[in-house]
Amino acid sequence: MTRKQIHLAAHFPGVNNTTVWSDPEAGSHIEFSSFVKLAQTAERAKFDFFFLAEGLRLREQNGEIYDLDVVGRPDTFTVLSALAAVTERLGLAGTINSTFNEPFEVARQFASLDHLSAGRAAWNVVTSWDAFTGENFRRGGFLPQDQRYERAETFLRTAWELFDSWRGDEIAADAGSGVFLRDPAAGAFAHHDAHFDIEGRFPVPRSPQGRPVIIQAGDSEEGREFAASTADAIFSRYGTLEAGQAFYSDVKGRLAKYGRTPEQLVILPAATFVLGDTDADAHERAHVVRRQQVSGQTAIKFLEQLWNTDLSSYDPDGPLPESDPVLGDHTIARGRASVRMYRDPLATAREWRQLAEAKSLSIRELIIEVTARQTFIGSPSTVADAIDELVQADASDGFILVPHVTPGGLDEFADRVVPLLQERGSFRTEYPGATLRDHLGLD
Amino acid sequence: MTGPRIAVALDGAGWHPAAWREPGARPGELLTAGYWTDVVREAEAGKLDFVTLEDSLALQTVHPLDRPGERDDIVQGRLDAVLIAARVAPLTSHIGLVPTAVVTHTEPFHLSKAIATLDYVSTGRAGVRVQVAGRAEDNRHFGRREFGGFRLEDSAEPGRPSPLRDLFDEAADYVEVLRRLWDSWEDDAEIRDVATGRFVDRRKLHYIDFEGRWFSVKGPSITPRPPQGQPPVTALAHAAVPYRLAARSADVVYVTPSDRARAAAIVAEVRDEQDLAGRGAETLHVFGDVVVFLGETEQAAADRKARLDELAGAEYASDAHVFTGTPAGLADLLLDWQGAGLSGFRLRPGAVPHDLTAITRGLVPELRGRGAFRTGYEANTLRGLLGLARPANRYAAV
Repeated sequence: MTRKQIHLAAHFPGVNNTTVWSDPEAGSHIEFSSFVKLAQTAERAKFDFFFLAEGLRLREQNGEIYDLDVVGRPDTFTVLSALAAVTERLGLAGTINSTFNEPFEVARQFASLDHLSAGRAAWNVVTSWDAFTGENFRRGGFLPQDQRYERAETFLRTAWELFDSWRGDEIAADAGSGVFLRDPAAGAFAHHDAHFDIEGRFPVPRSPQGRPVIIQAGDSEEGREFAASTADAIFSRYGTLEAGQAFYSDVKGRLAKYGRTPEQLVILPAATFVLGDTDADAHERAHVVRRQQVSGQTAIKFLEQLWNTDLSSYDPDGPLPESDPVLGDHTIARGRASVRMYRDPLATAREWRQLAEAKSLSIRELIIEVTARQTFIGSPSTVADAIDELVQADASDGFILVPHVTPGGLDEFADRVVPLLQERGSFRTEYPGATLRDHLGLD
Repeated sequence: MTGPRIAVALDGAGWHPAAWREPGARPGELLTAGYWTDVVREAEAGKLDFVTLEDSLALQTVHPLDRPGERDDIVQGRLDAVLIAARVAPLTSHIGLVPTAVVTHTEPFHLSKAIATLDYVSTGRAGVRVQVAGRAEDNRHFGRREFGGFRLEDSAEPGRPSPLRDLFDEAADYVEVLRRLWDSWEDDAEIRDVATGRFVDRRKLHYIDFEGRWFSVKGPSITPRPPQGQPPVTALAHAAVPYRLAARSADVVYVTPSDRARAAAIVAEVRDEQDLAGRGAETLHVFGDVVVFLGETEQAAADRKARLDELAGAEYASDAHVFTGTPAGLADLLLDWQGAGLSGFRLRPGAVPHDLTAITRGLVPELRGRGAFRTGYEANTLRGLLGLARPANRYAAV
């Protein structure tokens, strides 16, 4: 029996405390050479795609720009298009916000990127509703939270109408007869609804993939439905066996009602990794990495995000505050997605306090524990085993790997883990085709 | 070097509507990276200063105010110019890359980081040409607002309120936001101070707090200050209103004189506007745009153009002067007009590759023979090639 094939993608580490910028090996996060390095490593390892996240306003906390993590990132489209010049097969995926863009413009850019990469573009569709980010845009303001998926879905469907406004056979370019455009209506579109009231002629003829690969993340009920109805790939938060299987079967089970098969949606949890010659070495390194990722100051800043108040007078090596989190609409941290994950701050604080008391954890130790992400730690064979087992057990279709050092943090994985996965027959040794859709097994 | 700076304007298969039908044209490849890489490399082989990449939010027309997409006998369909420039950047090393960007319907925050990123991926060779879009067809692609109509006669009178003047005033605000965002990071904002755990010094990041008539932008940018500090901003201008935009906002303005006397008059008008804008002491390059049809003899060039005109069914017309002749004749014209105060030229090849290679392999050696063009690149950045210093950051404490 052939083994289920693993899909792997590489995330360029961005603006978060996963990234260890203080590591002596850490390079620039903005010079193009760093992007080239990581992308070429991912391509050498036959990964499906390179992924770049986006943020449209610098994060703030306590009314000041947050300065402990990497700050600064490039424009998504521009850096992906440049990477198309220095790679040949690797998919190029970027986050583009559907709130502070217009569908005509985004569709034009993605169709252009798909042409310029010969069919390797992917779009991670995200939404934002916050007025904080809106202050950087003409549109300004905000989107009521209950409209975020509505607009995102409408945005995406409008973009699809634009992509589909060319079938692909309209250009004759016949020098003899002088007919360039065979179909005088090529690119005609009209879309009128509550969000978008647009019509005209779309200027980019059909791209190699027809439409870019659509990636989505989102764990709410609406998010799962949105993914099941429209996405080609989904970034999940569940990389462990049981949670992964539950998410996997739930989301894949939703596809049938949209006339889709389970193979048409690829589920990819994000995961970090730390390798060592032995499992013990790896765990020792992982401990050091976690201490680098969560400094004392970082721990206090994290705690402030839940407590929603200034805790700078607290000792990170001391106990949690006696007081409860401050409730209310005002949040001291702005522009950080994770802030919204604390749906019930009081209950979360109670859990954290119980955990800290049970294990005698300081603030910093607690934050190290509660912010741990899906992580593969071990020797190359241990990590290869773990990844393969999770995929074969349908806990995921693969992983999006987030190295903690830029840009060389993927090299060890490419050199030591990928060959083991290939030996097992679980991972490709050559790209199966030219486009990202080919790599992902999509139509 | 005492000669003019030379840029080349790339648009599809060339500027003549029938250019795509010429032998050697690659009309089926205009949407591929290979085509654009080849033509920009050809320009670089000629040591030209920069290329501009035309763009539009709509399908192509023969004349600016025609209805987009109506003609089936001209090139239809194009790719985003910023993305073409980025795609070509890693495969070239010295030539400046100046994509066109429509500022009427786009977000200055997005364009600012896109051009900054182009500057990173090209290690200091990015510029931008800002363009307004006043047609109803462009508006309908965004559905956001109605524009009162684009009347060319309004462009001659800066004093008269008109929708057209508003478009250009908005564009000036847009460029101001681009520049402020590029400056919103001081060059040394990234400190990586392990002792204090700080990646950046937040005192060196600045809110731009732009408040204008059409939009407001808070800042700072998400992208650090680009290698050139501020990539050069360029604009095409035909009349007083756009001259004013260029004089207020640009580093290079492309103008369209019909002869040497007209060139002198335009330069004088631009310089007056520059003084009015308080920028009299700054370098503002005035480039003359010329469409070129070149041949080894004048007759050969004229025959080529006649053949193209016949294919198109009409004599070629342009906003810019149309030159038909030999590279030596073109060199004569450029050096003559340079004497009228133009600091460079943006040549629009009638057909690519023919007229592009006639520029790089005919005109360039001709100018070199007269000591009027570089034999090698003297700088690694576009600012360097244009003789523009890297600007100080407006927000940095002196």
